[in-house]
Amino acid sequence: MRTTLLLDIAADAAGDRIAVDTPGGGLTFEALQRRAQAAGRWLADTGAAHVLFIGLNGPILPVLFFASGYAGLPFVPLNYRLPDTDLRRLIERTAPAAVVIDDDMAARIAGMDGVTIVRAGEFSARFLEGPPASAAAPDNPENESDIAVLLFTSGTTGEPKAAVLRHGNLTSYVMSTVEFLGCDEGEAALVSVPPYHIAGISAILTSVYGGRRIVYLPAFTAEAWVETCAAANVTHAMVVPTMLDRILDVMARSGESLPSLRALSYGGGRMPQSVITRALEMLPKVDFVNAYGLTETSSTVALLGAEDHRAALASADPLVRRRLGSVGRPLPTLELEIRDDEGRVCSAGERGEIFVRGDQVSGEYLHRKAIADDGWFATNDAGWLDTDGYLFVEGRLDDVIVRGGENISPGEIEEALRACDGVADVAVLGLPDEVWGEKVAAVLVCYGPPVDCEALAAHVRKTLRSARTPESWHFRDSLPYNETGKLLRRVLKAELAGLSATP
Amino acid sequence: MDIKPGSRWKSTVCTAEVVVVRPPKPAGVLQCGGAPVHALGTESQASGEVHPDHSGGVLVGKRYTDIESGIEVLGAKAGKGSLAFDGRPLTLKEAKPLPASD
Repeated sequence: MRTTLLLDIAADAAGDRIAVDTPGGGLTFEALQRRAQAAGRWLADTGAAHVLFIGLNGPILPVLFFASGYAGLPFVPLNYRLPDTDLRRLIERTAPAAVVIDDDMAARIAGMDGVTIVRAGEFSARFLEGPPASAAAPDNPENESDIAVLLFTSGTTGEPKAAVLRHGNLTSYVMSTVEFLGCDEGEAALVSVPPYHIAGISAILTSVYGGRRIVYLPAFTAEAWVETCAAANVTHAMVVPTMLDRILDVMARSGESLPSLRALSYGGGRMPQSVITRALEMLPKVDFVNAYGLTETSSTVALLGAEDHRAALASADPLVRRRLGSVGRPLPTLELEIRDDEGRVCSAGERGEIFVRGDQVSGEYLHRKAIADDGWFATNDAGWLDTDGYLFVEGRLDDVIVRGGENISPGEIEEALRACDGVADVAVLGLPDEVWGEKVAAVLVCYGPPVDCEALAAHVRKTLRSARTPESWHFRDSLPYNETGKLLRRVLKAELAGLSATP
Repeated sequence: MDIKPGSRWKSTVCTAEVVVVRPPKPAGVLQCGGAPVHALGTESQASGEVHPDHSGGVLVGKRYTDIESGIEVLGAKAGKGSLAFDGRPLTLKEAKPLPASD
């Protein structure tokens, strides 16, 4: 099935509903469909092989995304924060390309061969404003194995990889997780993740299929998020962990209680227990959902629902309570396994690599399939399942510290340290060691003066085991994160690898 | 009747429309309100009445299946007629909706 079909049936069944807020009062589902079809005709005539978007969030996105689908071309949102040379190299890889770019960024990609540039202002004037063109849809292609979206992943070394999502992957994900027009008419989703993030793509599709109005935040700041949430009567939103912490700070300062907000989902990184506990206390009426997913799986593969959150928070049983730190259970429409180094399926409580299989799993990069012949995809994430099937994700396998043959996950040590007084933020990583191969290092950001490392070490030793106690301690004013809240452990590691540590 | 995934069909005796989610394994005839459905977009006037034996209705957003053939369809527009495949009534597929996560 193709992604455009989801818009077609929503436009036919609920054409008058508002699909996306615009400065002009919003586009209905019918208007979104007609305007995307008109833009699709234009795209088909440009001779482009890819449709690129470079810019901030806004109502252009759903129009351009569906227009690409109607034209039968892959939609490729690029990270506008990339340096010009990297941005231009990615565009070269997708030429001939039609590029819609924010006006103030257009000069960065001027003078490239095989590139049709349209400024966002011009695109809006032509396809979002004024009377809609009465153009018929382009020859609507039917093949669901066509590429719908290419997302360049922020590779750690070498050229970024282009993750491939086909129409069938995305529609399978949306149709198996969302009820068609199942949303109440007043529901609105605030989208603040950047357009080149998988959650930005899936938000377009799940909102359209569910019949939920999209409200865009051009770029995230906690102040703007809280303000927009209140002003636009937002009912649903998705945030990454670093966003939530800052949102709660703003709410605490301003006294804003966000009465319209009903559901808040979070994902894209490890959520500190202290942050989610605070969020549950400050927003008692809001349903919290923790979602785990990857670009290569069309977004969510496991989720911890609102009831799970409340049960965990209220429980005296430590085994139930710790589920607040899990990502819940796998979606019923896919398979998930933990496997050890030899490929054996692990039993409950045993740590290994997370594997998934299902229609929504693309497991594919441009010119390279990363999925096994039997359909299983190795996520490169370490994790384990508890006896009731709750999944605990411990982070990238590459981040696991191997000390004297023992595999140590940074996540649990960070969690233990974060619970200590005076610790504002922390990163744990492995540094080369002559005796053990690797040793555990902790990088701390403190609220006030540097905390006592001995006391922290004693806390970790007591909570975990001695092999997991950091042997070197470092202090920073802040830790490096990328713009979607992922800790850049490799940056810290490179910095520290050459330095001598204290003590 | 070429019932492909993603193909859209409309009732000829009521307002119901459906989208095929899973195709039937053996070929057959999809019916609504007791009459064969038509492909959406083909010129056809509503004709006839909903048969009383096939009047359970189609609801928007619900899934309907026939285990024997494997066909599964999504209600895209509501109508008074109910669905059948080769005369066998399709059954409502119960699904617990998941919370929004994007």
